[in-house]
Amino acid sequence: MKLIVEKRSSRASDLSILFVSLFSVLVALIILGLIILSLKKNPIEAYIELVSWPFGTVAGVVQTLIAMMPLLFTSLGLLIAFKMKLWNIGAEGQFYMGAFAATWGALFVFDHISNPWLMVPLLMILGMGSGAGWAAISGLMRAYLGVNEILSTLMLNYIAIHWVDYLVYGPWKGAQSHNFPITATFPKAAILPQYGANGLNLGIFFALITSIFVYYLLKWTRLGYEIEIAGDNIRAAEYSGINVKRTIVIVMAISGAISGLGGMMEMSGVLFRLQPNFSPGYGYTAIIIAWLARLNPFIAIIVSFFFGGLLVGTQQIQLFLQIPFSLINVFQGLVLFALLSGEIFLRYRIKVVRT
Amino acid sequence: MNQDMITSTVSGAIRAGTPLLFATIGEILTERSGILNLGLEGMMLMGAFTGFAVSYNTGNLWLAVIAAMAVAGLLATLHAFMSITLRVNQVVSGLAIVFLGSGLSGFWGQAYVGVQSPSFVNFKIPLLGNIPIIGEILFDRDPLVYIGYLIVPLVWLFLYKTRYGMDLRAVGEAPDAADARGINVSLIRYIYTIVGGALSGLGGAYLSLAYTPMWVENMTAGRGWIAIVLVIFAIWDPLLAMVGAYLFGGISVLQFGLQVAQIPIPANIMKMFPYLFTIIVMLFTSSERIKKRFGVPSALGIPYSREEKG
Repeated sequence: MKLIVEKRSSRASDLSILFVSLFSVLVALIILGLIILSLKKNPIEAYIELVSWPFGTVAGVVQTLIAMMPLLFTSLGLLIAFKMKLWNIGAEGQFYMGAFAATWGALFVFDHISNPWLMVPLLMILGMGSGAGWAAISGLMRAYLGVNEILSTLMLNYIAIHWVDYLVYGPWKGAQSHNFPITATFPKAAILPQYGANGLNLGIFFALITSIFVYYLLKWTRLGYEIEIAGDNIRAAEYSGINVKRTIVIVMAISGAISGLGGMMEMSGVLFRLQPNFSPGYGYTAIIIAWLARLNPFIAIIVSFFFGGLLVGTQQIQLFLQIPFSLINVFQGLVLFALLSGEIFLRYRIKVVRT
Repeated sequence: MNQDMITSTVSGAIRAGTPLLFATIGEILTERSGILNLGLEGMMLMGAFTGFAVSYNTGNLWLAVIAAMAVAGLLATLHAFMSITLRVNQVVSGLAIVFLGSGLSGFWGQAYVGVQSPSFVNFKIPLLGNIPIIGEILFDRDPLVYIGYLIVPLVWLFLYKTRYGMDLRAVGEAPDAADARGINVSLIRYIYTIVGGALSGLGGAYLSLAYTPMWVENMTAGRGWIAIVLVIFAIWDPLLAMVGAYLFGGISVLQFGLQVAQIPIPANIMKMFPYLFTIIVMLFTSSERIKKRFGVPSALGIPYSREEKG
């Protein structure tokens, strides 16, 4: 008897992809259970607590939707870049820069504008522009100097986070903040419409519209076609006359613009003021979401909802069961490993041969 | 600048550079074998946490260092299995290592936030330590700094002057030729991926056992990523890695020097310097032409299998 691994000739079916993805999550959850057990906590109890609030109660679902919004924006941004095999790991920084620009606009540039119909679009443009510019730095360096975009986007994440820290601890510290590192609150015109008292806001609808936009962009535009060709084979793209360098910069800019828009929405929709560490790593979680969604903007909606719930649930179990919040990072790492291993089953066929 | 300031800045640079040095040397060995491990940040964090926890629970610093290296090596083994045996995308596997390492260290480390544990103290080397200025800067440090001094020439000698080093380079440059000569490509790649991981664990342990003797979640603050850039800066050479690591160490302690010199740059702006400098370094070292000319291992990041050449 001998095990033979051979390459599959055909593409794996959608059903087997779905199966592998679900199986990956399951395997990750089982290993995660053992890790929870290592703290002498009951994993079953933890999982029940983890899902019951964010998915089982109205207030919990609202919280899930609120956490889902930045996740969906950032994962949509990332998946455009990933589609071209551009490893933009910088959604976190682009999200921060979007939030920074929105705060700048709301508090210092357009603070005299009282019409939200004017203010909100202006802030959206600022957020997108700032995120786009931040990501375009990495795009330009990658396209024209060959600088690895993983490393440059990561470095820019750290810089963006320190930049926001500098502002909120220094020149932008609000007069009413009692010396806390927090800016003044956004003026009314800069705040998105809120639904109910739980914080649900228009941002989530913008996120859903963005996923339609991303789908359209990837599927029906020339740029989407170029992204697909270049993602498949850069050489082939060059031979077919695509200006790959230009496309890299454009794709990075769009990718950053969407994450930046997410940062703006988080400010105008949820937080209303800039503060340090306002993101629990949305931009990093988005990497896993984009991956798990197989770079499909509609599946990203479902996966973002799931991860939004996980974030909320993890906060719950930290509060009630004293299980550290970092659990979510462990889960993300495990899912990624499980997915990667599952990939083997999609790409190869394992045969048992009698010898 | 007076003499005290120079002494404290240079010795600060060496201290801040030491964790980078270990991680960079480790990644040089890994990449020389043809495996790209982007998981340094995660492995360093696991090293920092494990070292701290073992030191706290046993009081034995050397046991703590060994445990840190073992745990980081274990994480690297996972990466090796994914990259060498399963031949998956090494970039993604490396990222997964970062998630896992930062997650697990934060998860298990929460119990150790805010507690104190034994840490390494300075040990003056007789004679050498008495040389004016230089002795104080170089030879009145903690033992891990001295290990850093030693490891650089040792790894250099190993790489260029021993048969094992030659095998390692052969596997990273031309795995099929090495295979034809009877070298076990997979085994060598496993060994150096694990050794590289263990060294980055040592770098992490330096942070929590000597540099800032405490455990803070995500305390590596991007040093794992900076080390990956330093590998390129050092063009995969251990001697240049030392230059690079101490130089970067110098940049990260520059803020203290500037504060003393009363140059008013806000702390949060100065904290950006190492990252900015990393980007600047990448600008000058990234072109394919430069990399090819100066020795990027030709098979870096490419899985090897006898059946499918690729």
